[in-house]
Amino acid sequence: MLAFILRRLAQSVIVMLVVALIAFMVFRYVGDPIASMVGVDTRLEDQEIMRDRLGLNDPFYVQFGRFIGNAVRGEFGISYRLQQPVSQLILERLPATIELAFASALIALVFGVGLGVFTALKRGSWLSGFIMSASLVGVSLPTFLIGIGLIYIFAVELQWLPSFGRGQTVDLGFWRTGLLTESGLRSLILPAITLSLFQLTLIMRLVRAEMLEVMRTEYIRFARARGLSQRAIHFGHALKNTLVPVITITGLQLGSVIAFAIVTETVFQWPGVGSLFINSVQVVDVPVMAAYLMFIALVFVVINLLVDILYYVVDPRLRVDAAGGAK
Amino acid sequence: MSELNTPGTAVPLEQSPIAPKPPGRIRQALDSDIVYSYTRSPVTIIASIIALLLILMAVFAPLIAPYNPFNPASLNLMDGFTPPNSTSFSGNYFALGTDHQGRDVLSTIMYGLRVSLFVGALATLFAMAIGISLGLAAGYNGGTLDAVIMRIADIQLSFPAILIALLIFGIARGLIPPSQQEGAAVWVLIVAIGLSNWAQFARTVRGATMVERQKDYVSAARIMGVHPIVILVRHVLPNVMGPVLVIATIGLALAIIEEATLSFLGVGVPPTQPSLGTLIRIGQQFLFSGEWWILLFPAITLILLALSVNLLGDWLRDALNPKLR
Amino acid sequence: MTSALTRIGAALLASSILVSAASAETVRWARASDALTLDPHSQNQGVTHNFAHHIYETLVDRDVEGNLQPRLATEWAVSEEDPTVWVFTLRQGVTFHDGAEFTAEDVVFSLDRARSEKSNMRQLHVDVESVTAVDDHTVEVKMAGPSPLYPNNLTNTFIMDKTWSEANDVVEVQDYAAGEDNYAVRNTNGTGPYVLTSREVDVRSVLTLNENHWAEEAPAVTEIIYLPIAENATRIAALLSGEVDIVQDVPVQDVERLSSTDGIKVETGPENRVIYFGYKFGEEPLASSNITDRNPFNDPLVREAMHLAIDRDAIQRVVMRGQSIPTGVANPPFVAGWTEELNAYSAPDLERARELLAEAGYPDGFTVTLDTPNNRYVNDEAISQAVVGMLGQIGIQVTLASRPVAQHSPLVTSNQTDFYLLGWGVPTFDSAYVFNDLIHTKDGSYGAYNGGLYSNPELDEMIQSLGTEVDTAVRDATVAEIWATVQEDRVLLPIHNQVLAYAMRDDITLAVHPENQPMLTTVTFGE
Repeated sequence: MLAFILRRLAQSVIVMLVVALIAFMVFRYVGDPIASMVGVDTRLEDQEIMRDRLGLNDPFYVQFGRFIGNAVRGEFGISYRLQQPVSQLILERLPATIELAFASALIALVFGVGLGVFTALKRGSWLSGFIMSASLVGVSLPTFLIGIGLIYIFAVELQWLPSFGRGQTVDLGFWRTGLLTESGLRSLILPAITLSLFQLTLIMRLVRAEMLEVMRTEYIRFARARGLSQRAIHFGHALKNTLVPVITITGLQLGSVIAFAIVTETVFQWPGVGSLFINSVQVVDVPVMAAYLMFIALVFVVINLLVDILYYVVDPRLRVDAAGGAK
Repeated sequence: MSELNTPGTAVPLEQSPIAPKPPGRIRQALDSDIVYSYTRSPVTIIASIIALLLILMAVFAPLIAPYNPFNPASLNLMDGFTPPNSTSFSGNYFALGTDHQGRDVLSTIMYGLRVSLFVGALATLFAMAIGISLGLAAGYNGGTLDAVIMRIADIQLSFPAILIALLIFGIARGLIPPSQQEGAAVWVLIVAIGLSNWAQFARTVRGATMVERQKDYVSAARIMGVHPIVILVRHVLPNVMGPVLVIATIGLALAIIEEATLSFLGVGVPPTQPSLGTLIRIGQQFLFSGEWWILLFPAITLILLALSVNLLGDWLRDALNPKLR
Repeated sequence: MTSALTRIGAALLASSILVSAASAETVRWARASDALTLDPHSQNQGVTHNFAHHIYETLVDRDVEGNLQPRLATEWAVSEEDPTVWVFTLRQGVTFHDGAEFTAEDVVFSLDRARSEKSNMRQLHVDVESVTAVDDHTVEVKMAGPSPLYPNNLTNTFIMDKTWSEANDVVEVQDYAAGEDNYAVRNTNGTGPYVLTSREVDVRSVLTLNENHWAEEAPAVTEIIYLPIAENATRIAALLSGEVDIVQDVPVQDVERLSSTDGIKVETGPENRVIYFGYKFGEEPLASSNITDRNPFNDPLVREAMHLAIDRDAIQRVVMRGQSIPTGVANPPFVAGWTEELNAYSAPDLERARELLAEAGYPDGFTVTLDTPNNRYVNDEAISQAVVGMLGQIGIQVTLASRPVAQHSPLVTSNQTDFYLLGWGVPTFDSAYVFNDLIHTKDGSYGAYNGGLYSNPELDEMIQSLGTEVDTAVRDATVAEIWATVQEDRVLLPIHNQVLAYAMRDDITLAVHPENQPMLTTVTFGE
C-alpha cells in the first residue's frame, strides 16, 4: 500500500516538474515581457535596466532554478502586469472559478443524468432521438459562440440577466462568495450554463451508454423476472450501478472544467483564474501564466492521485495488478 | 469516454489462428449491417449529405466561389458592409453580403471551409498517426514503455486541448523567426491541435492491442518469427480500425471547433486567409452594429459542419458496436 | 441578512445625506482594462494615469483642449535669474486624504521619487538636476540646460505625501524584480477629488468623493464604480442592458448603433494620436521580400507610389466608420508644429502609382510582409488589412502578420520588421517628441521607435537643437524645416488621427479628452 502510494507520489512530482519546465520555458519565450510592462515611450536604455533587474538576462537554467525554488515555497514572484504577488492574485480569483465550476458541474450532473436516463429508457422514441441529436448541437457550438449568443438574448434583448461579472459579492474573510446575494446568483446563471453544456453532453451520453449496458445484464433481467416494478428496476438498480463511473468521470472532469473556464470567463468577464490567465497571456505576464499552469497541473495531479488511491482501497484486484503501472 | 473504448474489446474472432488476414472492421463496415443501419437513420442520411456538400464546396471553392477573397488586390474597400442579396458600391452583387473589407461573405465561407477542413483533417491525421503508433507500441511491448506512454497520455488527457494548443503555439512563436511566422501559422495550428488530441487514439489502440496480443494467432505469428511491426500492421491494426475511425470522426469535429476557439482567442490563421473560426471572430465584432450577416453565415456553416460530422461519428459508433444495436 | 428595518434605516440615512448633496450620483464607469498599479510612479501608461488622476494630483494638468492649466501648482515660470530653473508656486490649503497638509516638501519628495532609478516616469525628468523647496509653497527645479517645455512633462507626475510614504515604507518605487510587494501598489493617499474605498484588481474599484477637496465646486459625481470589462461585446452589452453608465472604450462599429439607442448617447472627439505605417530605409535587402538584391523601399519612387495607392478616405469611411481624421502628416493637430499644408494628402492615383513602380524597376511589383498589432489601436488589424488590398492593386503583394502588441512592438524597437503599423501619441504636445523617437537616427536615447532606421545627420542636428532652444521663433522655424524634409523624404506613411468615442447614459455628459484621460469630475447630469 505504502509502496504504491509512494510510487504514485513520485510520478506526480515528476509530472509537476515537467509541467514546470514547460510552463517556464514556453512563457519565457512568448513575446517580450518588458515590452508589455513599459509604456510605449520608455527609452530603450531604461528597458535594458529593467531587463537586468528582472533577471531576464540570466542564463536559462539560472532563471528556471530560481523559478522552481520559489514555486516550492508557493512564491511565483510579482505579476509584471499588476505588480502584486501572483500567489495572492490566484488565491483571490480562485473562489470565483470554483463557484462557477461547481455550479456548472451541478447543472451538467443533474441534467446530464436525467436526460441520459430518459434517452436510455425511451430508446427509439423520437424525443430521445431529438435529445441525442440536439445534444450534439451543444458540442458542435464553440463555447464562445454560445456565451455571446446567451448574452445577446438574455442580457441585451430580454434584459433578464446580467451580462458580465459576479454581481454583488460577500467577503467571508477567506472566501469571496457570490452565492449569498441575489445579483450574485443571477450573474452565475449564464456563465454556468455556457460552461456546463459540454460536460452535460458528455455525462448524458455516458449515462445512456452505461444504462443500456446495465439493462442488458443478467441481474436486471433477473430483477425483472422477479416482478419488480419498472421504477424500482430503473432507478433502484440500473441507475445506481451507472452512477459510480459517472461520478468518477465528473470528478476527474472538474479539473478540466476549471481550465475550460478560460473561454467562458473571458466572454462573461468572470473574475476567476481563467480570465486572469488570458489577460496575462495577452501581455506576456510570465509569473502569472507559469503559476496558472502549475496550479492546473497540481489540481489534476491531486485529483488523479486521490482517484487512484480510492480505487486501490475499493478494488482489491488492483492491489495485485498495481505493478502494471497505468490504469 | 469509456464508451469509446468498449468496441475494441468486442471483436469477434473465430478464424483459424494463423489466418493470413483476419477480416477487419473496415471490411465488416461495408457489410449489410452497416448499410442497413444507415438506410434506417434519416438523420444520418441528412448529416452525410450536408457533410458531403460542405466538403465539395470547400474542395471546389476556387471553381465555384463567385469571388476570390484571398486575393487582396481584387477587393474594393468601398464595397464593405454590403447587406445580403444586394448590389454594392461598385455595382457587384453579393448574395450573402460583404464583410468589413469588402469581401464576399459567401466566397469567404467557401474558402474558410477549405482552411478549416484542411487544418482539421490534417490535425486529426497527425493525432491519429502519433496515437496509433504509440498505442501499438505501448500495448504490444507493455512494461515500462507502456507505463511511460500511458502516463504521458494521462497527463495530456487531463489538460484541456485548448491549453495544450496554446502552449504549443507559444513555443512555435518563440522558435520561428518573425518573418516566417505567418506562412507557418497553418502548420503550427495543425501540429498544436494534433498534439493535443493524440491520447484518445493511443488509449483505445493500446487497449485493443493488449487484447489482441494475447490471442493465439498473434502468439503463433510471433513464434514463427514474424516481425512485430508486420504483426502489428497486418493483424492488430485492422482490428482496431473501427474504434479508431469513430474517434477520428469525432476528433475531426473537435479539431474544427478547437481551431475556431484558438482563432477566437487570437492565435489562429492570418485574417487575410481566414478560416471559419477567424471569420466568426471578425463577425462577432459586428454583433451589435447591425451587420449580423458577417457573423451569422460563417457561424451557421461551422455549426452545420461540426454537427454533421459529429452525427456521422455518433452513428458510426453505434453501428460498429454490436452491443448497442 | 438585510432585515426590512435596517433597509429602512439605510434609506433614511441615505436621504439625510441627499439633503446636503442635492445630486448625489453614483457612476459606473467601464473600460477595457484596469489600472496596472496604484503606485503613481511605477508605470507610465495611459489607463493607469487616468485612474490615478482621480485620487492623486499633478502640479499642472491639461484640459480637454489640451492647454496646460494649474492644479497643485497655481503658477509656474522660468526663474528671472537663471534660465535653467523653473519656479512653481504651490496651492495653499490643500490636504491629503489622511489629513496631512500638502507642502513643498511633498513636491520635492515626489519629483525625486519620480526620477529615481526604479521609476517608470524617469524619462520625463531626465533633464532635472535638483529639486529644492524655497519655502512651504514654492519649489525650484534646476534643469541641466534651458528647458522651455518642462511643465509639459509634468501632467502625469503625481504628488505623494512624504510622511505617509515614509511611514509605510514606500519611499522607493516598487522593485518587482526583487519580488517586493509594496504598500503603495494597493493603498493610496492623494490630494485628489476622490478617495479609494475598495479595490479588486481587474474586477471593480470604488471611489468616493473627497469632502475636503480644495476645489470650490464639488463634482456632480459622488461615487465612482470602476469596472474593467475586456471583451468588446460584453462591455457594450453591459451598457445596453443598463449595468454600466459610461463606457470609455467604444469600438467604432458600435458608435452608430449606440447613438441611435434610446437612453444612450455617444460623445466623440479627436485623440492626440496618429496612426501611420513605417518602412525600412537603407541599402540592405528586405528580409521578407522577393527582391533580394536591393531594398525597394529605399527608392523614393516606390515610397511615392505607395502614398498614391492608399485611399485614406475609404479607410475612414469603411474601416473606421467615419471615426477618424485622415491625415498626410504623422503629427496630430494638437501638437505644436502641425499645419494645414502638412496635413493635406493627395487623392489616390493607382495609374500613376503603377507607372512610378515601373519606373523604379518593379513593373511586376514585389512581395513584403506587413507587421501589425491587433489589440493596441482602434481597428489596427483591419486598417492593415485594407492597406494590404490597396497595395495589392498596384502590384505590391503584402503578407499580413498580425500580433498582440506585446509581440509587435519589440519587432519595431529591435528593427526586425520591414513594414509596420504604429500609433504615436504626443503627451508633450510638441513636435520634438515625435522627432526624438521616430525621425532621429537610432542612437542611444534617440530614435527608439524609428523602426525603419531612417537616418539623416542634418536633421539629427536640428532635432537636438530643439531641446535647448529658448527663442520660440527660431525653434518654430526649425520645427517647420524638419517637417518639410520629413514630408519630402516620405519618412512615414500616415493614415489618420484616431477619434475617441465614449458612450454613456443620455443624462450624463462627459467630454472626450485628447489624451483619453477624462476626469469624472467634469461629468454633468441632465439633458
